[in-house]
Amino acid sequence: MRFLSYLMSGLGLGSVYAIIALGYTMVYGIAKMLNFAHGDIIMIGAYVSFFALTRFGLPVLAAVPAAMAVCTVLGVLIERMAYKPLRQATSLSVLITAIGVSYFLQNAAQILWSSSTKVFPAVISNGALQLGELSISYLTLVTILTCVVVMVCLTLFINHTKTGSAMRACAEDKGAAMLMGINVNRIISLTFAIGSALAAIAAILLCASYPQVFPTLGSMPGIKAFTAAVFGGIGSIPGAFVGGLLLGIIEILSRAYISTQLSDAIVFGVLVVVLLIKPTGILGRKLSEKV
Amino acid sequence: MKKFFSKLLAAGVCTVMAVSLAACGGSGSSDSKPAETAAVEEEESTAIVIGCSGPLTGDAATYGVAVQNGANMAVDELNEKGGIQFKFVMEDDVNDAEKAVSAYGSLKDQGMQISLLTVTSTPAAAIAPTYQEEKTFALTPSASSPSVTFHDGVNQVDPFGNIFQMCFSDPGQGQGSAAYIATHPELGTKVAIIYKNDDNYSTGIYDTFKAQAAQDNLEIVYEGAFSGTANDFTVQLQAAQDKGADLVFLPIYYQPASLILNQANAMGYAPTFFGVDGMDGILTLEGFDTSLAEGVYLLTPFNADGQDDLTRTFTARYKMHYNETPNQFAADAYDCIFALAQACEAAGITNDMSNEEICQKLVEQFKTMEFTGLTGTGMVWDENGVVNKVPHAMVIKNGSYVGVDD
Repeated sequence: MRFLSYLMSGLGLGSVYAIIALGYTMVYGIAKMLNFAHGDIIMIGAYVSFFALTRFGLPVLAAVPAAMAVCTVLGVLIERMAYKPLRQATSLSVLITAIGVSYFLQNAAQILWSSSTKVFPAVISNGALQLGELSISYLTLVTILTCVVVMVCLTLFINHTKTGSAMRACAEDKGAAMLMGINVNRIISLTFAIGSALAAIAAILLCASYPQVFPTLGSMPGIKAFTAAVFGGIGSIPGAFVGGLLLGIIEILSRAYISTQLSDAIVFGVLVVVLLIKPTGILGRKLSEKV
Repeated sequence: MKKFFSKLLAAGVCTVMAVSLAACGGSGSSDSKPAETAAVEEEESTAIVIGCSGPLTGDAATYGVAVQNGANMAVDELNEKGGIQFKFVMEDDVNDAEKAVSAYGSLKDQGMQISLLTVTSTPAAAIAPTYQEEKTFALTPSASSPSVTFHDGVNQVDPFGNIFQMCFSDPGQGQGSAAYIATHPELGTKVAIIYKNDDNYSTGIYDTFKAQAAQDNLEIVYEGAFSGTANDFTVQLQAAQDKGADLVFLPIYYQPASLILNQANAMGYAPTFFGVDGMDGILTLEGFDTSLAEGVYLLTPFNADGQDDLTRTFTARYKMHYNETPNQFAADAYDCIFALAQACEAAGITNDMSNEEICQKLVEQFKTMEFTGLTGTGMVWDENGVVNKVPHAMVIKNGSYVGVDD
């Protein structure tokens, strides 16, 4: 029973990783770049929802769209200002730029809101659902549900809309997509917008579980989610989902049964092993379409 | 193409690991805020320059900024009073050992004669040998690790000799806490410890706590560690609960402690929580539900709600200047400046003396003098630079510290 409850909290944590990993994987799939500033978009989302909830007293259901709106605009702005001019540059320059943007956001947050930690208000009641002996907290349930809903919506969008097909086309071959009349720049902006909006959702779920907001908040979840994306096969949406969930479960179970100190080492160790055995990740390449 | 992208991916993975390592060392910008040194411009020529480096940006900035504020306030007060004039200069070290070395150089350039060393332990331990070589006197407000005052911090032998601490040393805190818990069985008899194993401060307290607990026959039923920026403690708390711990000792800083209190509350686990000076600051955490900290014990030398005159005026002035409640770091820095002023007065130090001469005289003074300030009465230092003062047990009641009388 204890094992099942650990498994549930692993699924909860993994769902958050999965949502963040979607942002990495979509951007990689379409723009072929690793957006390391993604973790810091989460941090901005956390601050925006923190201020929406505390300073402006908005209800949670209003804070979520507010954070999503700000993150979306920010994500698109970053893409326009920092990455678009580098469309033709080597990927290393883009990578370094992304790291620069990440540091810029962290330090901007520090100047704007100081480095001291702020405590995120409780957004989901503390209760738990009792299933026989197993109790699952509402928070975990909400997190897992959100993740599933996000996954389903995104898959439908990618597979059954015109814009979705355009995104798949860009992922397949940007040059050919352009020749077919697809506005590649617009599709890339859209990808950043969706990824950033998802980051805002992840921010609120993350802060609901671990109620602290500080300027470097996004770096560790960002790195773990990136690991999850690579783990599942970067560029693949189902891969991000599977990778995120597995990573969350591995992290919680290794903390519970192996060592509380080594859980991060185990998580990153798993990445190394997966990359050695299957360099494209679990669902990488041919097994699934890329976005 | 395929090969190219897998290369790109490999580069990305390497970078991410490098960045995460760098982040562990404390990230942040290296720009430093100018020290606020009002009211000393006209006295510049005769003022004694006191330097300090500490994290003004980055994760630990709360501590550095508090020290800067406390020290500036003390310097302003002393300069207004007349007598020996001081000038306080502070450099940012982002809680990073390497940056502390360059901060030291920059402080020397600004004519530093006496130092508050650094705010945090890791940079302090890195820079301490330089202070010994260059014979500059240092009194640190808050770098509490024994490796700040000793070459061999683990065994506490071979002291630097010219480095003194205003705060309790870590071993002192661990010992004090264990002894206190052992003599107060009503707080709890089955102890769980949750500590941060990649932090000198936490492991230092943990080690001595364990040693003292063994001596006092205090039963430790669970020890759980975490590292880095861990934010999930449910596993540790669950294990502590399963082992029947009724007191959880937290030798950690207040940010993770606030998460632990929160998660324990969500689990319905309510042991006595016992913290150390790092717990100080939890009540001023923005947005923190202070009812979660109700009944938390901590050993701390300073209580902003203390009713003695010194504390009351200090707290009021600090709130007026900086618009927040002072924490222990601000109080420690304030005490450092006043202790230095007292020693300089007694030793007849002037700003035209060499650092070496000042150092020698101050070491003599600090070994013999007694100082009373915000963080203790009748403080004395041993020849190793370790302070001897009485820790006060405090308990949090109705959102503020209350002294425990015994």
